[in-house]
Amino acid sequence: MSTKKMSGSQILIESMIKEGIDTIFGYPGGAIMPAFDALFDYRDKINHVLTRHEQGATHAAEGYALVSGKTGVCLITSGPAATNAVTGISNAMLDSTPIVVISGQVGSNLLGTDAFQEIDVVGIMHPITKWAYQIRRAEDVAWAVARAFYIAKTGRPGPVVLDFTKNAQTEEAEFNYKPCTFIRGYIPEPDVKQERIAEAAKLINVAKKPLALVGQGVILARAEEELKAFLEKANIPAAWTLLGASAMPSDFKLNMGFLGMHGNMAPNMKTNECDVLIAIGMRFDDRVTGNLDTYAKQAKIIHLDIDRAEINKNVQVDVPVLGDAKETLPLITELLHEADHQEWIDSFKVYDDKEYNVVIRKEIMPENGEMTMGEVVHKVSEATNHQAIVVTDVGQNQMMAARYSKHSQTRSLITSGGLGTMGFGIPAAVGAKVGAPDRTVCLFCGDGGFQMTIQELGTIMQEKLGIKIILLNNDFLGMVRQWQEMFFDERYSFTEIDNPDFIAIAKAYNIDGTLVTKREDLDAAIRDMLKDDKPYLLVVNVEKKGMVYPMIPAGASVTDVLLGDE
Amino acid sequence: MEKTKLYTITVFSENTVGLLNQITIIFTRRAINIETLSVSPSAIKGIHKFTITAFATQSVIEKIVKQIDKRVDILKSYYNTDEDLIHQEIALYKIATEKLMAMGSIESLIRQYNIKILDMNDTFVVFLKSGHYAETQQLFEELSNTIGVLQFVRSGRIAITKAKVERLSDMLDAMRKIDENPVDN
Repeated sequence: MSTKKMSGSQILIESMIKEGIDTIFGYPGGAIMPAFDALFDYRDKINHVLTRHEQGATHAAEGYALVSGKTGVCLITSGPAATNAVTGISNAMLDSTPIVVISGQVGSNLLGTDAFQEIDVVGIMHPITKWAYQIRRAEDVAWAVARAFYIAKTGRPGPVVLDFTKNAQTEEAEFNYKPCTFIRGYIPEPDVKQERIAEAAKLINVAKKPLALVGQGVILARAEEELKAFLEKANIPAAWTLLGASAMPSDFKLNMGFLGMHGNMAPNMKTNECDVLIAIGMRFDDRVTGNLDTYAKQAKIIHLDIDRAEINKNVQVDVPVLGDAKETLPLITELLHEADHQEWIDSFKVYDDKEYNVVIRKEIMPENGEMTMGEVVHKVSEATNHQAIVVTDVGQNQMMAARYSKHSQTRSLITSGGLGTMGFGIPAAVGAKVGAPDRTVCLFCGDGGFQMTIQELGTIMQEKLGIKIILLNNDFLGMVRQWQEMFFDERYSFTEIDNPDFIAIAKAYNIDGTLVTKREDLDAAIRDMLKDDKPYLLVVNVEKKGMVYPMIPAGASVTDVLLGDE
Repeated sequence: MEKTKLYTITVFSENTVGLLNQITIIFTRRAINIETLSVSPSAIKGIHKFTITAFATQSVIEKIVKQIDKRVDILKSYYNTDEDLIHQEIALYKIATEKLMAMGSIESLIRQYNIKILDMNDTFVVFLKSGHYAETQQLFEELSNTIGVLQFVRSGRIAITKAKVERLSDMLDAMRKIDENPVDN
């Protein structure tokens, strides 16, 4: 095979093209300049999106990966750029999002000398990545890139960092790219044990009150159809975690709603009533389980996961089913008897009705008083026929978006789950729109998070991304304020914000917008926002002291659901 | 409450830069102290072996081991209790020659503790003793309480399992088969 000599920078880009990469989110700087210089010649093959901050680049790569199922890529410089990326990389680690971050590094001869913009990137990244590697020679570039993409996307996905020294970018080597398909000691997809499948099916077949918990693993495994077939065969009610949202359509008859701290009352209560709990690609996060000592103690627990380290991590399980849900679900389905469980499913309704009457109706259809967050989310969801990709920031806006937006297709709720990163919203929406240009992207964010990554409005402007930003403004850090009201004697310690004129800021970025302060203007404003595919900022002044209910206080049992004023 | 106990964690890894950091941060996150650590090339070329001891409950050790095992650069990680292992530590003791001589005969000491003398001159003598922690510690205490110890150093634990299966080589054999018939994904 004839090989050609190229610079390490060129090898990086050629290797990424071999990996099918056509989009990069990045920000140039000193130690990555040779790579950016090489990228200049590939503008026809690779779309580079210039963000306004490296944190934005990482969240954009995440948003892109989450909507498209492809691996998101960031190209950034050394030192402060790498440390700015730490938040997004941590977010990707906790939410199992495949991204590859390539950060520049000083030349190998300067490593360890406190050179300008030198920091121990690999050392910083180890705890927050699936793999972090320093490339010190041009000969290693193709190998490292192939390995990075293989690791990021296989098994339980996650972030990978390549720390790319300047000399490795400029020195030449032969371009000899081989995709990576195997790493000894790394078992991305554990062998499925047939006896575990049989045990799981046996338990489900005798269950009178089964309940399935659907996590993001279903989406990552692209097993939405397999899930549906599994649930339908034995008529098993299912609830979803925050990141599992949209794995089942909202109107699917076995979709019983949202789990966890601000989830729906019925699936949380039923967790402690079911006889067999089937967890699928979820990790029993504390925001889902509440107090573990009282969590589903009456149930036999089956846990389907691809990551062995998740088995028995938080909850002791009876039947672990290791493997890819796309493979394991159909194997179990095959052994299931058709079942009814209708009485059990109907028993959810008592709680659903209670939640609707006490919480939901007044949140999404208030007749008087100030506007509510839930009302806005509900109206936007209706106006988009539940077809939009909903991106959220973190806090009350996020919980309201998760509770009241409906979804008709998968990969439609893009949110920061594990890390709970305020400021995720705007850049993640950038990535979502780049990754799914034909879909409507609606971002719900609060006045706090909006201002954490507000500079990414510049990216929206430059890339002309038709993102619909709905800013639910209460002039408060709402979720913290809610906790202060409930658990800190209404001592509102530094949660009230004096906000700028958001519309004027949007205007400065050439983004149209409207401020809605009265309920009667809301419908028209939403229609106006959605009339075309241009970026838009809709600021809605909502009630200052809104509350997200139901709520299971941190550390309480899943049955200790607070509904607020009845 | 689950009781804490001394566990020996064995880790086989690729010999890459920063490996130790990848392992130790997993202990750090759970606020577990590493008691001893020993690292060396293993019997298989290119593979390093870490032997780590730590006090923890079994459920925590299980989780730590799984999280170590999950790292891409780690080939295999497992844990054992003392009953499963033949284990050994080594200790060196530097003692003032004058004080040692003043003890009179040291034959009984040498015999009792199975001490090896590595060096001896006008000013100091160096003893070597290997054994379990309690054994090397007992000699240290006896010397400290009588003639004093100028310097003392003890190695990390090294250990070999009593099991009949060889987990790493079995795993590598299995992996070699996968490598020869790679599954495209």
